[in-house]
Amino acid sequence: MGEGEILEQVQAVVADQLDRDDVALNMNTVAASVDGWDSLAHVRIMIAVEEEFGVRFDMSEITSLGNVGDLVRLIEAKQPS
Amino acid sequence: MSFDILELPWLPQASPTFKERCRALSGETPELGTELVALATARLKSSQALDFARTLRRLRQDKADLSPLSPLRLAILPSFTIDTIADHIPAACARHGVAVDVATAEFDQIMQTALNADAGVFQQRPDAILLLFDHHWLGIDRFEADEVEDGLSRIATCIGHLRDNVGAQVIVSTVAAPPGTLFGNLDRAMADTVRGSIERFNKQLFELAAEQGAILFDVAALAETVGTARWFDPAAWYLYKIPFAASCSAIFGDWLGRLLGAMRGKSRKCLVLDCDNTLWGGVIGDDGLENIVIGPGSGPGESFAGVQQLALDLKARGILLAVSSKNDDAVARLPFAQHPDMLLREKDLALFQANWTDKPTNLEAVARELRIGLDSLVLLDDNPAERAQVRAALPMVAVPELPSDPAYYSVYLASAGYFEALSFSEEDRKRADSYATDAKRAELLHEVRDLGDYLSALDMAISLRPFDSVGRQRIAQLINKSNQFNLTTRRYTEAEVERFERDEGTFTLQVRLRDKYSDYGMIAVCIAGPSDADERAWEVDTWLMSCRVLGRKVEHAMLRALVDAASAAGRTVIYARYLKAAKNHMVASMFDDLGFERIEETETGDRSYRLAVEAFAMEALPHAVEAD
Repeated sequence: MGEGEILEQVQAVVADQLDRDDVALNMNTVAASVDGWDSLAHVRIMIAVEEEFGVRFDMSEITSLGNVGDLVRLIEAKQPS
Repeated sequence: MSFDILELPWLPQASPTFKERCRALSGETPELGTELVALATARLKSSQALDFARTLRRLRQDKADLSPLSPLRLAILPSFTIDTIADHIPAACARHGVAVDVATAEFDQIMQTALNADAGVFQQRPDAILLLFDHHWLGIDRFEADEVEDGLSRIATCIGHLRDNVGAQVIVSTVAAPPGTLFGNLDRAMADTVRGSIERFNKQLFELAAEQGAILFDVAALAETVGTARWFDPAAWYLYKIPFAASCSAIFGDWLGRLLGAMRGKSRKCLVLDCDNTLWGGVIGDDGLENIVIGPGSGPGESFAGVQQLALDLKARGILLAVSSKNDDAVARLPFAQHPDMLLREKDLALFQANWTDKPTNLEAVARELRIGLDSLVLLDDNPAERAQVRAALPMVAVPELPSDPAYYSVYLASAGYFEALSFSEEDRKRADSYATDAKRAELLHEVRDLGDYLSALDMAISLRPFDSVGRQRIAQLINKSNQFNLTTRRYTEAEVERFERDEGTFTLQVRLRDKYSDYGMIAVCIAGPSDADERAWEVDTWLMSCRVLGRKVEHAMLRALVDAASAAGRTVIYARYLKAAKNHMVASMFDDLGFERIEETETGDRSYRLAVEAFAMEALPHAVEAD
């Protein structure tokens, strides 16, 4: 799966968890700038992303995420090759 | 194969349009409660569980009528982060007959909340209060912690206060022991290891709950069932203070749902059992008493015995047992009456429905006769097509998915939590026996049910071919084994079958069927040839079908193939006969039903028919015909 496809799917997960149709993410988006993406939503989103993509994140990986692009690249790195 | 409890594999897959269906629900939706149950009775991802929870909240705000779901207000006092776990509770409760309204207290404020009757979480008076904590909250997370007495005393204080000042039913959770050992095998014997302390705590909590009238939510048992090495997720705890892996939230919710369902009296009361390939291996109608597989001596035989033993255990604790089987009544009763290795006998059954009518009609008869609701029934059936039909027609009946391997049937049924009980009384123990012990039959309300789109939804594909060498052995087997759906019961050896195969003047047909759930293989055979008496005609020599594919319009497809071939051969009439035999009364009227004209019926019960080839018209059939 390429970055573009992953970003699209992450966007769908976030929209789902935030219960909004109008979520638009790009690789530079930070959580703080998205309405509703607070710390609780973040936990839900991380759990949902792990579920959707069938991956597991390390603690250090989660705490080092700065923006959506970091998340997308992390998911891509964990895809079976 | 293995049994992954975290998947809740006894639940069917979620509807592919789950989200849309949730969004479409409103107070105007007919049978809203039933639709909610149907949606919730599925394996849900966390996003779907969340969608369901939001939908239920919206419907409640709109004051929609959610019956037959029973409302229940639950207040949760958690020592840890509960939000992502709580997302799964509404769907799990709906699955078990409850429309739950969950309020949660602030994180890690159990004592403070319990001692404060004015706390926000109690504003809407709850029906039940759940105290949810783990070994961290108790302080039993290290060697020689010596916190067991303290922990119990804190809980006793909470329960006492809640009982006196809020007056709701208190539910208290046991505590799971984390994986990893300090000494190794000695940990359990040492009172002050984490494992030793938790065991002491749980045991005394169990006594305290009984004394104080609190209900136990046995998280320790659940974690053990999942496997504590899988249950605990150190990263989730350290990062978010979530006490177990996210993948365990669904089963956690389901266990809580069962408990709340039991509180509202929604636990199931009756287990309805299919027979063929559910209680024994094989099909009694085709295979006979000597060939069904049940009892010691083989893996499958012991698997089916395991299912029967579980049914007997359920009966001993007050669950009613019934049989619903697509079989002749006398034939279906044979194993119960005569097979030495059967564990279940007719006396164990409250009802015995063996007939050729569809399962939904039979289940309605069972519910009516036993004077219980459809939502009290569980159907155990190995056939995925039957399961799908019942789920579609009667969404309130619980129908667990079953794996292809019968070794796992018992554990699926025993893990699904349909029969959760809060107590066990003498009355319960005697309930099953108080029903008539002669395994009677319940009357059916309608003989024919409009199957609607059920048949086309099966995506059946049928193959109709002349005899060939590949099919010869199976053709001979069917010819020699079939009794019930056999119009003329003529037996031929394989050599004779080969002769038919090679004779160009004979019409031969081998029929195979599959649907989206299973490939049934070859299930019907027909042989027809020039009539001796009438040169314009063919006569049907052999026509037989397997009991497995009744009600699928296979005989219609066979007739169409026969008529097409007769017409192509320039024949204008087809003669057929029903020759009455010991076991084939089921098909006495088959040719009548197919539109043949009955010419004669003899004293012995044999019937003769004719069909005019040109006048024949066939309705549209629900199979895709596989071309060669």
